[in-house]
Amino acid sequence: MTRRNIVNGIMLTITGICTVVTVSVLFLILGYLAVNGWRSLDFNFFTKLPLSPGETGGGVANAIVGSGVLILIAAAIGIPVGFLGAIYLAEFGGKTVPMLIRYTADLLNGVPSIVIGIFAWTVIVVPMHHFSAWAGGFALSLMMIPIGLRATEQFLRSVPTSLREASLALGASKTRTVISVVVPAAKQGILTGMILGVARVAGETAPLLFTSLNNQYWANKLGEPTASLPVMIYKLAISPYDDWHRQAWAAGLVLLVLVLIANIASRWVLSRGASAHRG
Amino acid sequence: MATAAVTGPIQSRPKKLVKFWRDGDQIAHLVTLIFAASVFLVTVFLVYELWIHSGPSRAKFGFSFLTGKTWDPVAEQFGALPFIYGTVLTSLLALLISVPLGVGAAIFLAELAPPKLSNVCTFLVELLAAVPSVILGLLAIFTLVPMLRQYGEPFLKRTLGFLPLFQGPAYGVGYLAAGLILAIMTFPFIISISREALLAVPREQREAALALGATKWESTWKVVVPYARLGILGSIFLALARALGETMAVTMVIGNDTGIHTSLLSPGYTIAAIIANEFTEATSDVYLSALVELGLVLFALTMVLNAVAQLLIAATTGKGSTQA
Repeated sequence: MTRRNIVNGIMLTITGICTVVTVSVLFLILGYLAVNGWRSLDFNFFTKLPLSPGETGGGVANAIVGSGVLILIAAAIGIPVGFLGAIYLAEFGGKTVPMLIRYTADLLNGVPSIVIGIFAWTVIVVPMHHFSAWAGGFALSLMMIPIGLRATEQFLRSVPTSLREASLALGASKTRTVISVVVPAAKQGILTGMILGVARVAGETAPLLFTSLNNQYWANKLGEPTASLPVMIYKLAISPYDDWHRQAWAAGLVLLVLVLIANIASRWVLSRGASAHRG
Repeated sequence: MATAAVTGPIQSRPKKLVKFWRDGDQIAHLVTLIFAASVFLVTVFLVYELWIHSGPSRAKFGFSFLTGKTWDPVAEQFGALPFIYGTVLTSLLALLISVPLGVGAAIFLAELAPPKLSNVCTFLVELLAAVPSVILGLLAIFTLVPMLRQYGEPFLKRTLGFLPLFQGPAYGVGYLAAGLILAIMTFPFIISISREALLAVPREQREAALALGATKWESTWKVVVPYARLGILGSIFLALARALGETMAVTMVIGNDTGIHTSLLSPGYTIAAIIANEFTEATSDVYLSALVELGLVLFALTMVLNAVAQLLIAATTGKGSTQA
């Protein structure tokens, strides 16, 4: 064994150790959360409202529903903008304008989530004089748009030009071609982008802190402060009460499972699309 | 140009109009353009709003806002330095851990691991990037912080306590805890982007090095990594931008102290954390606009880093594709 071979062996082993460490972090997180969260999960957790400190039991039903509402609002804004915007970028745009929009989308994607929260506060909470689900949903939509937009554009672009040309050659208009040929061909990819967008915003806390705020009770209207799972986890975790910590673990487990399922689902949709194309 | 001049007049105006309405191409073009442009407009509007709402604070403090060390809401004296310091310190601490770990893992995944294993590991690492930050914060509060308080920080004080970096009481919460949690949040980015950059290096480069008698490590370290260095650097800048803007996990473990401390064990504050903690409590206009101005500073910092990162990543992948 020469010195060079020894160095070779040592360094390669170290890179292997790096990989083991990084991957095991995920399993540590999952395992720890599963053990602690599972102990705290019960039926009440999904059906009851949070109780005041000192009382045991209670749940976060309002936060689960609230998160659902916020994500629906975000998707209602974010998906059309992402989808139609991407069609412009991939199909109709020339060169300069799409480049500018692509650049700002990347910029928006990099804006810290807390800054997005400030923005939603200035444009919705301040004029309405109310923390509301609208403001929270709007903030989340801003985080969803760049992901949906870029993913959709990428998959539209990967549709072969020959498909478009075949459709145009049959006399179809450009719009007809996009609707009937290009979008269906890219639908798995587009779906993946949308799911990833939802998965990204589902766990976001910072943009909600001063937009949808939090609520110990049911929100009756979209114009009221609304509880959400991430904000609830935050509030429960920094509280001094053991029973609230228990709830935080359970809520954390539920949120993480939802987010991971969404991520894995997006992969699955994509791989199914890929094999369908090959077959 | 010449053909346009010839074909232009042939199609008469009414015919054009008919085609226009029948196909709906122009309408579709316009509608999709409006949606795409809204992305641009909303981003511009975001900057405008931050600028307007930070007005009172900018008028009152000017540039001294960036260098001021006091944060006193009662006396309405606001300086951003402790938060800028805390943000930069925790982010650099995070990179100190996540860069070697991330680049090492990326090398293993791109160069050594069989493709199947590499794909599975990359998938797992990308799942790690999807874990919501509030959940990492939750775990950090109940596991990392007590561990640091009981074992980690006393150990650092015993062994490296002569350095000013490791002095003072062991609270558990503070710069060190925030740096560690940020390391976990940043290495997925470094791994997945660096791996892409390494995979984009042409095979011939490796083969040439190996044919000259280099060991696997020598070919990787002296040929492949330098070839992909811009992409790796880009991933580090991207990770840094993420770390600077990260809010929840840091807010939960930073310790909320508005001073500037040399010791990593000391509680501190970051820009994102103080906004998260004090925004809904801000009572006066100046207080609120000082917080918005902090947001503006954070925005500017991350924008610059993101732009650099994008350029670097584009440079490597572009280079890789033309030479492959």
